[in-house]
Amino acid sequence: MIGFQLTRRARPSRAMQWLSPILAVALTLVVGLAVFAALGQAPARAFHAFFIEPVSDANGIAELLLKASPLCLIALGLAIGYRANVWNIGAEGQMYIGGAFATGLAITFQHDIGMALLPLMIIAGAIGGMAWAALTAFCRAQLKADEILVSLMLTYVANLVVKYLVYGPWQDPQANNFPLTVSFEDNALFPLLASLGWSWFDGTRLNLSIFLTLAAIPLAWFFVQRTFMGFKLEVGGLAPGAARYAGFSARGTVWVAMLIGGAAAGLAGVTEVAGPLGQLNDRWTPGYGFTAIIVAALGRLNPLGIPLAALLMALLYLGGEAAQITLQLPKAISLVFQGLLLMFLLGCEVLINFRVKRVARPAPAAAKT
Amino acid sequence: MNEPSLLRLERIEKTFASLRALDGVSLEFRAGEIHAVLGENGAGKSTLMKIIYGAVQPDAGTITWRGEAGPIASPNEARARGIAMVFQHFALFESVTAVENVALALPERVPLRELARRIEEAATRYGLPVHPWQEVHHLSVGERQRVEIVRCLLQSPRLLIMDEPTSVLTPQAVDQLFETLRRLAAEGTAIIYVSHKLEEIRRLCHRATIIRQGRVVGEVDPQKETEGRLAELMIGRTFPQMQRRAKTEGAIALELAALATPPAGPFGTPLAGISLRVHAGEVLGIAGISGNGQAELLAALSGETRVDAQSIWLCGEPIGALSPGARRSRGLTLVPEERLGVGAVPEMSLRKNALLTAYGQRLVRRGVIDRGAVAAYADRCISGFDVRCGGPEAPAGSLSGGNLQKFIVGREIEQRPRVMILAQPTWGVDVAATALIRQRLIDLSAQGVAILVISEDLGEILEVCDRVAVIAGGRMSPARDVHETGAEEIGRWMAGGFGAGDAAPATEAERVA
Repeated sequence: MIGFQLTRRARPSRAMQWLSPILAVALTLVVGLAVFAALGQAPARAFHAFFIEPVSDANGIAELLLKASPLCLIALGLAIGYRANVWNIGAEGQMYIGGAFATGLAITFQHDIGMALLPLMIIAGAIGGMAWAALTAFCRAQLKADEILVSLMLTYVANLVVKYLVYGPWQDPQANNFPLTVSFEDNALFPLLASLGWSWFDGTRLNLSIFLTLAAIPLAWFFVQRTFMGFKLEVGGLAPGAARYAGFSARGTVWVAMLIGGAAAGLAGVTEVAGPLGQLNDRWTPGYGFTAIIVAALGRLNPLGIPLAALLMALLYLGGEAAQITLQLPKAISLVFQGLLLMFLLGCEVLINFRVKRVARPAPAAAKT
Repeated sequence: MNEPSLLRLERIEKTFASLRALDGVSLEFRAGEIHAVLGENGAGKSTLMKIIYGAVQPDAGTITWRGEAGPIASPNEARARGIAMVFQHFALFESVTAVENVALALPERVPLRELARRIEEAATRYGLPVHPWQEVHHLSVGERQRVEIVRCLLQSPRLLIMDEPTSVLTPQAVDQLFETLRRLAAEGTAIIYVSHKLEEIRRLCHRATIIRQGRVVGEVDPQKETEGRLAELMIGRTFPQMQRRAKTEGAIALELAALATPPAGPFGTPLAGISLRVHAGEVLGIAGISGNGQAELLAALSGETRVDAQSIWLCGEPIGALSPGARRSRGLTLVPEERLGVGAVPEMSLRKNALLTAYGQRLVRRGVIDRGAVAAYADRCISGFDVRCGGPEAPAGSLSGGNLQKFIVGREIEQRPRVMILAQPTWGVDVAATALIRQRLIDLSAQGVAILVISEDLGEILEVCDRVAVIAGGRMSPARDVHETGAEEIGRWMAGGFGAGDAAPATEAERVA
């Protein structure tokens, strides 16, 4: 009788650390295509519609980057926290508040301070995200409340704060009572790449905010790999006892981890309101803050893996939209793919620390375990 | 001894990942016999015991239990056959009480109250104080081991495996345990006694099998061999001897002045009025059974618990209110009891683990890690302390206990401390590494460093320390020169019998109340 057995590896496999996410993606594809087949679609056509069509022209690629950019930015911040075992689930809310801070500046000062406005909005957005994350950090570090619950629930509070602002004090008086602010002037918007003479991007919505994300990638990598603060956070995550022994403050870890995640989410909020949105409205709930959790996991909390994961998740978003249009598939198909991916991801992680071994089972007595 | 064979192992083989743990081991255990299995850490003893206990399945070989060949498929099956084991790394569930842990190991359902009564009964009979209603995560290493021993004894086993059971007992309690084991053996129980302590094996065991690198290298009558000969068989070369230096006593480097702390957790031991002086150039040992305040004392010394500033002095400066980092930068380093998860981060490389406490040695510049300096520092620890590992990038968790401890001790010594504190420095460490660590401590004290060793291993304290004090019930005995005291007096102190009148420690009963 032949069976399979998981045996612990002598040390975690380096190859598998890279291969396991790839394997998860492959398995997701296989099962996804089976789902398409079950829905009566020819797998080849469905695959093309889902994964190829959305990125077959400049506009598609621009949309991909436009979605991947905030996902990547938020996930980089979250990953630093997750490595420290600080589970900030509320990046979505921190993003709303970051967006709201930037909006406040934009609608108050857009006729007063010229070109300095956008940089100030970027700073304000980061501060807004940090302020919202600080509420969670305070509850966890000072009151010992669970940061997962607090940060998650504060997301719904943040959504209500945004609603209050756009229905109330910040509502555009000319908007016929629609819950939205005035549209931002040019000095409160990220310039489009097309407007800077990059003709390849003509007609696309891609803007300069992509460079914020591109700058954040090496910064996050440097922080994690090279700084002592990054090291302290990681020790706190892997072995709290060792962190206490070494004298690294557990409260400090929570604060730093939460604030970094909040800053990244707040920045992502700015890139949205000062980017494709161009204003703040009550229906701005893109879910990037939640999807970024999957992106962080898919990128194995590695600042170099996360950009790839963000591109893939963005493709799933776009593919889902395309599948709705060309294949008449339900909207839920995107979520099915996200769910499959996360599940296979967690499953494949086992292979990092374990190997699958074929074993001949000797006697029946040994078979019953 | 001609009792019938109870358990026979033939040509047992087991390979883990890349490591050949057992390479054709054949052994026989007889009813009524106390059989020592002797070997260094990593020799394969633990694997062999786990195979007998059904927790690990061999790759090849046969197991014959009471004349019947066949595998022992699981620990449940082993227990059903009457095999019980006291693990070296305890197999207790942390979040529930001691009595619930015992209940989980029993085949039948017993009301917890009834079981608690039986535990207390066995505990008194064998001199192993255990509080059945304490949650295990509050217990110290020694207390957990006592729960394990009592749990096994309650199962009235045919074969009892004891994996290093005595390190947490007073000499008197060891005598008592040996008495119990001899009685069990006389009643027909086979006992496998796994230990490094050659003196105990010579006193207790009828037969000794020596294992080296997964093979049986000898089977002897321990009562007819010298300790030196046993050690030689075990490590495959001559046993290193301690080089003692002439004792020089310097200024007071570390002083505890009426140190008091609240208890850590509901079953912790509060410290009261602890006063102690450690001089530059001396090694002072603190003996005691675990759970008598060692954890609290260590937390107060390291700075994990802050105390009154004036109650701890480092070279004339009050440090009781300082953080661990601030104490470290003033020249106090510390080797904790737990290696994995406290002294080192198991998943991290040795280099990163060097940075864990040595960051003050110019390994960090303006918040950025100086990787060259870290690598050089880790290399110094590895080569200077003979750490056998797969290079400086090997994760700490991949090292054997002895090699990891050498690395941690090396990391702390390389910081050139003025005062060094060690808790259980050689717990679960093989003979060769133990000898190296103890020698380095003696050498370090000769250079004028004050060393405080908190250990439950009395043999260790008598070997390396100049003076010894005993902690019992959260109070400290006076310190004595090791040459003016002995195992007998220290053992009495461990049980709380020192300093009549106000210095008398709280009894076990008072502690619980």
